[in-house]
Amino acid sequence: MNRLRRFLRTPEAIAGVLILALLLVMALAAPLFFPGDPQAIAGPALLPPFQDWRLPLGTDRLGRDVLAELFHGARTSLAVGLAAAAAALLIGAVVGTLAGFAGGLVDEVLMRVTDAFQTVPGFLLALAFVSIVGPSLSVVVAAIALSAWTGPARVARAEVLSIRERDYVTGARVIGMHPLEIAFREVLPNALPPVLALSSVIVAAAILTEAALSFLGLGDPNRVTWGGMIAEGRTVLRTAPFLSIIPGIALVLTVLGVYLAGEGVVESTAVRRSLS
Amino acid sequence: MTRALTILRRRLVGSVFVLLIVVIGSFLLLEAAPGDAVDAYIVSTGGDAGMIELLRHRWGLDQSELTRLASYLWALLHLDLGQSVTFSRPIREIILERLPTTLILMGSATALSFGLGSALGIYAGARPGTFRDRFLSIGSLALYAVPGFWLGLVLIVVFAVDLRWLPIGGIETIASGKTGLTRAADIATHLVLPVSALGFIYLALYLRMMRAGMAEAWRQDFVLAARARGLSRRRIVLAHVARNALLPLVTMLGLQSAQMLGGSVVIESVFAVPGLGRLAQEAVAGRDTPLLLGIILVSAVLVVVINLLVDLAYAFLDPRVGAGEASA
Repeated sequence: MNRLRRFLRTPEAIAGVLILALLLVMALAAPLFFPGDPQAIAGPALLPPFQDWRLPLGTDRLGRDVLAELFHGARTSLAVGLAAAAAALLIGAVVGTLAGFAGGLVDEVLMRVTDAFQTVPGFLLALAFVSIVGPSLSVVVAAIALSAWTGPARVARAEVLSIRERDYVTGARVIGMHPLEIAFREVLPNALPPVLALSSVIVAAAILTEAALSFLGLGDPNRVTWGGMIAEGRTVLRTAPFLSIIPGIALVLTVLGVYLAGEGVVESTAVRRSLS
Repeated sequence: MTRALTILRRRLVGSVFVLLIVVIGSFLLLEAAPGDAVDAYIVSTGGDAGMIELLRHRWGLDQSELTRLASYLWALLHLDLGQSVTFSRPIREIILERLPTTLILMGSATALSFGLGSALGIYAGARPGTFRDRFLSIGSLALYAVPGFWLGLVLIVVFAVDLRWLPIGGIETIASGKTGLTRAADIATHLVLPVSALGFIYLALYLRMMRAGMAEAWRQDFVLAARARGLSRRRIVLAHVARNALLPLVTMLGLQSAQMLGGSVVIESVFAVPGLGRLAQEAVAGRDTPLLLGIILVSAVLVVVINLLVDLAYAFLDPRVGAGEASA
């Protein structure tokens, strides 16, 4: 409880948590508020917002309910963002632990591979991966994870390098534990905190990358995405700019919420560290 | 001079390995893509299906994977990136045509985000903890949360559709017959919006880094010493605090280059700027995998070169870098 209070000390952190809570409610309640297909025609085409109380945010070029699409889009954004970030953190933690714990040639090879992934622009890599394998939700998640695991890998490796000389690791060696078991059961869990500190940045980047991919038409075609909505609205940008602007605002608020909450967590743990 | 050479030599060896991994990776992706060069050739020329086997043999596609990787590497060593399916032209030619536009876009956007970002960072970091510091920190975070392509669309709505101040897209007025300086001015007006969309997103990064670096530098003893010497606040801020916080930003320039290149893909398609990024999107739309991988390879080389230049600049700015190895 004390920890939560410390976390919610700054107005920024409170704002971040509120935004994320609202988003979570939107994502979870989408099928409740807007049952049925959000891509179905709900009214006249290109109805401006705040005209009809049944379609508060208006309709798009094909007469689909913008608010319903916004709610269902929240599901995709959150799901992809969280899944991709989790995958990236997992890959990064495993690669970093292996490299740091094994050292020598294994370390050298894994770190050069990490370098290679960092040399290729992440978005181009994701673009190529999706376009070759074909767009679907899991492929998009994999593509984003593929372009985001290098940061966590470096942080994990640096942490493992300092942990592997500790006494309890030597102790585990002495009692004859297998090196892989030491690496993943003793070292990895202790190397996690700084890696997890990256999660807000990675979730935010994943949400933005997903949006950009869908904007270019590489999202899952069977799902509503905010990026896809922006791309849809772009065709009528002169006459109905709200169609692009509304989902964009949702994106900005979401990413900002993730950043703010993330900063709150980092700050509250930083205080704890300076106290101890 | 020897210091620069040492850094260059050490970095070049590492870069060659990294690029080799990128090449092998893109070869694997090329293999994973459905269809091969012969399929693409038959589709684009509408050629005779009976020639497929003959062509596969002639182009060495019936060889083992290792042999093909070797010939792929051999071709790359001769700067041969292969043939584009959608354009029916050598990939190298197309990329070289598009590269300058992207370099101008990226260069201007980097200058904008670095210049304005570090200036605002100095402004915020000059008095840490004040209202303006807090306001700029939150504001930059909000800016960093904006998707570049959306910012581009909003800029188009405001400045090109409503106000009609700037062109909506493209790189220059088509068939305007402009030459020399008027043409340069024309291109510059076309670049204002894309450069702003790309540059403003990354501005936050430099602002926050500068601010954090300055907050750190304020606590150092040399600031206390400068104060004791009775230097003016302005001089302390600029010559002592900001100067020490600036160095990490230079490293960031190199690290950011890969991200900038990725960001330019979407920005170029929003503004119809005929650069490398838009080419990537065209390659995706045309299912032109060799072209897409060619773009990835060229981008990787570009990122390596930029980082090399940044390292050299860093060594120039900070005499401690590389000095140890040179004398050893």
